[in-house]
Amino acid sequence: MDQQKFTGTENYIATDDLKMAVNAAVTLARPLLIKGEPGTGKTQLAVEVARSLGKPLYEWHIKSTTKAQQGLYEYDAVARLRDSQLGDERVQDIANYIVRGKVWQAFASEEQPVLLIDEVDKADIEFPNDLLQELDRMEFYVYETRELIKARHRPIMIITSNNEKELPDAFLRRCFFHYIKFPDEQTMAQIVDVHFPGLKKELLSEALNAFYKIRDVAGLKKKPSTSELLDWIKLLLAEDIPPEALRSENNRQAIPPLYGALLKNEQDVHLFERLVFLDRKAGGQR
Amino acid sequence: MLIPFFFQLRDGGLKTSITELLSLLEALDKGLARHSVDDFYYLARTTLVKDEADLDRFDRIFAAYFKGVDDALADLFTNVPDDWLKQQAELNLSEEERAKIEALGGFEELMKALAERLEEQDERHEGGSKWIGTAGTSPFGAYGYNPEGVRIGQSGSRNRSAAKVWDRREYRNLDNSLELGTRNIKVALRRLRKFAREGAADQLDLDDTIDKTARNAGYLDIRMVPERHNAVKVLLCLDIGGSMDDHVRVCEELFSAASSEFKHLEYFYFHNFIYESLWKDNRRRNSEKTPTLDITHKYGADYKLIFVGDATMSPYEIVYAGGSVEHWNDEPGAVWIKRLLNTYQKAIWLNPEPEERWAFTPSIKLTNELMDKRMFPLTLDGLDKGIKALR
Repeated sequence: MDQQKFTGTENYIATDDLKMAVNAAVTLARPLLIKGEPGTGKTQLAVEVARSLGKPLYEWHIKSTTKAQQGLYEYDAVARLRDSQLGDERVQDIANYIVRGKVWQAFASEEQPVLLIDEVDKADIEFPNDLLQELDRMEFYVYETRELIKARHRPIMIITSNNEKELPDAFLRRCFFHYIKFPDEQTMAQIVDVHFPGLKKELLSEALNAFYKIRDVAGLKKKPSTSELLDWIKLLLAEDIPPEALRSENNRQAIPPLYGALLKNEQDVHLFERLVFLDRKAGGQR
Repeated sequence: MLIPFFFQLRDGGLKTSITELLSLLEALDKGLARHSVDDFYYLARTTLVKDEADLDRFDRIFAAYFKGVDDALADLFTNVPDDWLKQQAELNLSEEERAKIEALGGFEELMKALAERLEEQDERHEGGSKWIGTAGTSPFGAYGYNPEGVRIGQSGSRNRSAAKVWDRREYRNLDNSLELGTRNIKVALRRLRKFAREGAADQLDLDDTIDKTARNAGYLDIRMVPERHNAVKVLLCLDIGGSMDDHVRVCEELFSAASSEFKHLEYFYFHNFIYESLWKDNRRRNSEKTPTLDITHKYGADYKLIFVGDATMSPYEIVYAGGSVEHWNDEPGAVWIKRLLNTYQKAIWLNPEPEERWAFTPSIKLTNELMDKRMFPLTLDGLDKGIKALR
């Protein structure tokens, strides 16, 4: 097969199932919908796919006010109105006021691009439905200039979602789907390794230990994820904290240093401190 | 090909469509999953499942369906004629490897050991492939969807058997019949949104402005509209204390999600069942009560009524005057709930007790009948159905 295969990059570890999902989407030129806990590298995936396959990347970040039309093109009526009142020559040609959106840019790309539609669930509930035709046929119609825009090369579309809204069935049918599950300890060690090569082995295993322990604390509102772990390790390195400080069993100082990087929620920090306090008290009595 | 599997998925409650089956076949046709069952599993999952809540179900169906195939392969493996194996081994082994086999006691010995191994191995024949690992590197043949399904002499790095991947059921927690977090609840409640433009016109309506300006021969005619708001009104009645103590957390989450999601949210508490009065503050529940009739008068019929309670009590507390455990009630609870339901057509009861237990608790059955079967479990799935009933 002459198709390039995505196998992860030197700073992005992809699991087997993720590789399969990406390669299937690339081969069949279908959009790939990625879901998963925040901070597991959904957005990063598109960047890395583009990099490893050597293709240009177009990013379209969705906000709650984004309309599907904005990704295709916008007709800048206000500019045209102003020009018309000033008697500008440009006003004669409506094409001057058509502003290309990200999808159009990707469609017009010289080589096959990667198009990231980030956080598609943030937009209005009808947003995905408005993109069905574009995803399916990779073409759309510009009413103002009466031209049909066709993709020169079907882009590799990567769509991310945080599950804030249910996506319509018709939309899902057209996509491949992958759920990035939280990496296990082994994969996590690989991920940390590509980000901080040469990290002392001891520190790494202690840090991972402490990290998974915190994730196991029942009742946390937001469990720390991969990106938080990476931030935390960055801090640990910057502060030059020795691995021993992370080992909670020895000294009963069970709060890992700089834990603010891991717990983002005030209530979580509170809960955590209370648990540590209880634990310490129990230890003192022993 | 794969059509029975497809129908089994549909029978299992997955909403897989023909388009998706076709894309799976197309992908197989392009050779995406030629090498292992693992790959096939990943590919099937990525094409056929579109919601992480369904992943666990998919895993189970996949395991059930392909267990048979797996066993069939195991059967084939045990019944392979020795001669054929020997021939294959000779074809594919290097001189060096053959020497190694000789050292082990020759091919016959090897096959005998293999047979013993097969006897004692478990049904998924993982042990078998490991053992023959020293013998050679010949693929076993083309059986069904998985041309290299049974390998003789795998390098040993393939210790992650495909069967294990789906048997591990890692996505169990994502099944939507399980409990909820605040965020999930918010997402579910959001479906109740009903946007409406009301209030002062303070936003520029660009489309209308352009339209009117064009009609006005190019002279600006500015048009304004009011901003869109979530116009849904919700009346939330929460059971508190007693048997509800077990469910405090999930109710707290529901409450915090609801209070941030709806602008028009009114809430009241009750104990076990609805009687002539409700209260807003649990500490002053005896001094500051709101008569139930006042509530029906104050809040219009466009409010949507949500009860949250386990409805687990003695049936007397519902159907008899004076049945309440806390005070003397002149009229039975059933009368009061009927009054509320008469005012509020859109009403549901969310019950944190698991649905399986409902049939065994008479008071739950009774309440469900009073609610015209609009009782839903307090899970994501139940909330979804409840919200649908409210719309």
